[in-house]
Amino acid sequence: MLEWFNELMWILLKIGFILLPLILAVAYTTYAERKVIGYMQLRMGPNRVGPKGWLQPFADVIKLATKEIVLPSGANKPMFLLGPILFIGPSLAAWAVIPFDAELVLADINAGLIYLLAMTSIGVYGIIIAGWASNSKYAFLGAMRSASQVVSYEIAMGFTLVGVLMCANSMNLGDIITQQSGSVLDWFFIPLFPLLVIFWISGVAETNRAPFDLPEGESEIVAGFHVEYAGTAFALFFLAEYANMILVSCLTAIMFFGGWLSPFQGIPYLDAMTSWIPGTFWLLLKAAFFLFGLLWLRATFPRFRYDQIMRLGWKVFIPVTIVWIVVLAAWIKLQWWPFNG
Amino acid sequence: MELTFQQLVFYGFSTLLLLSALMVILSRNSVKAVMFLVLCFVATSGLWMLLQAEFLAVALVLVYVGAVMVLFLFVVMMLDIDIAARRHGFTKLLPLALLVAIAFLFILHWLVGDNHFGLEQMEAPSDHDASYSNIRELGKMLYTDYFYPFELAAVILLVAMVAAISLTFRGKRSRKSQDIDKQVRVTKADRLRVIKMESSSSSQQTDSKSDEESNENKDKEQDK
Repeated sequence: MLEWFNELMWILLKIGFILLPLILAVAYTTYAERKVIGYMQLRMGPNRVGPKGWLQPFADVIKLATKEIVLPSGANKPMFLLGPILFIGPSLAAWAVIPFDAELVLADINAGLIYLLAMTSIGVYGIIIAGWASNSKYAFLGAMRSASQVVSYEIAMGFTLVGVLMCANSMNLGDIITQQSGSVLDWFFIPLFPLLVIFWISGVAETNRAPFDLPEGESEIVAGFHVEYAGTAFALFFLAEYANMILVSCLTAIMFFGGWLSPFQGIPYLDAMTSWIPGTFWLLLKAAFFLFGLLWLRATFPRFRYDQIMRLGWKVFIPVTIVWIVVLAAWIKLQWWPFNG
Repeated sequence: MELTFQQLVFYGFSTLLLLSALMVILSRNSVKAVMFLVLCFVATSGLWMLLQAEFLAVALVLVYVGAVMVLFLFVVMMLDIDIAARRHGFTKLLPLALLVAIAFLFILHWLVGDNHFGLEQMEAPSDHDASYSNIRELGKMLYTDYFYPFELAAVILLVAMVAAISLTFRGKRSRKSQDIDKQVRVTKADRLRVIKMESSSSSQQTDSKSDEESNENKDKEQDK
């Protein structure tokens, strides 16, 4: 009995060690987003709270936490409150299988890759339930858009991961990274370049970020699925969206850019000189690069029209991934491929 | 009796599975029923995980919870079900329903009960060691022993897909739709025509006021 308890406490402690930095990272991603987009549009961004606006995220959190949670009178109350919980749960649970360093992973499971896909696809329930329970036409439209968008892009994303799987011969994320060791030229982004592009864009679509933020398109459906939410309930949606953004950035780094592997691997002197830097640093650096890319996309592109999103997902991405998987299979089978088949 | 951790997890998930299955048919709200069905799948996946079938367990969540039930929810949300009308005739059909239920229970017991799946017919599965990979074993089975049934299933799915598409395809309709490739191929010369306009006054004007005047003159010329 005591053994279970100890193990349970130990796991909870580890979860805390992942979640606390994650929530802090989410807070400062919101700050970074406003600053980066501000500078891209020749504005200052937030600069009032604390030195250079550093305390802005905390001000936002306090403001949201002290606000009233408004329950619309026509809403289905239990489902209305279940929505944000169903949205944030999977987006945090997905972090369980992310390897931060060679031995630094909470759950080192064999089916890590497919677990991640499952978690990213479950999150859509939160959106659908929220949109339906709000009993508002704007929220409902947002929920419907989100559901069809996530289901469509999930297929393309699944196919890109099949490509990763074929190169790595494993579904374990740690194995996928060790398969890429050697030098920068062994990272999967070279043989899987088309899949990398598709994975990343599908990731943007899955997280409902601009230019794929149709579910909350404020120009036509106010704020989409979370239009009726206020206070902490809204904050949960916000938190989950940014946690998903960081997750997609980390996944791109892990699947295609060698995760916690150092970029100087295989270079004679530089490798030895930088060997003291922990792998976590490299993973976070790579992830930060893609996270910046997400913010950049938002500042650059206008929102897609709905039929354009569907066309891109079904008629462009899925055929390209299928063709590339066939090419990849032929390469591996005919041994033209550097990876052992 | 000492409960092992595995037993505790098993009974926990089984209870959850049975209760949520019961709620699927008992809840009045159809959206809630679908959500309980989702919970059912999740609990089943937990049970499969106990059998060390981690690939099947996660694939169940991915395919059924992540895709099939989302579309299900989609449809159910659009429905406007009148509960009172559906309850009509409940007592009249109750004896028949009970009969069917009991018959079904017996058939089920005969099929998956002790005489086919008892410990005499099948021994209890032993624990695999840590190096066991469910995906690898499953792949080996599917692509060697069960290769033809597997391919046959794929062909049947393909046929079903073609049939579904041909059912919804109502012929080529004449409608205005965008050709995205055409839009992308557009060049400046296709859309924009630069017209050389003679200035109305012969001399070069430098101050802003006269510039405005010349603009007005141009506008007038265009109106003509």
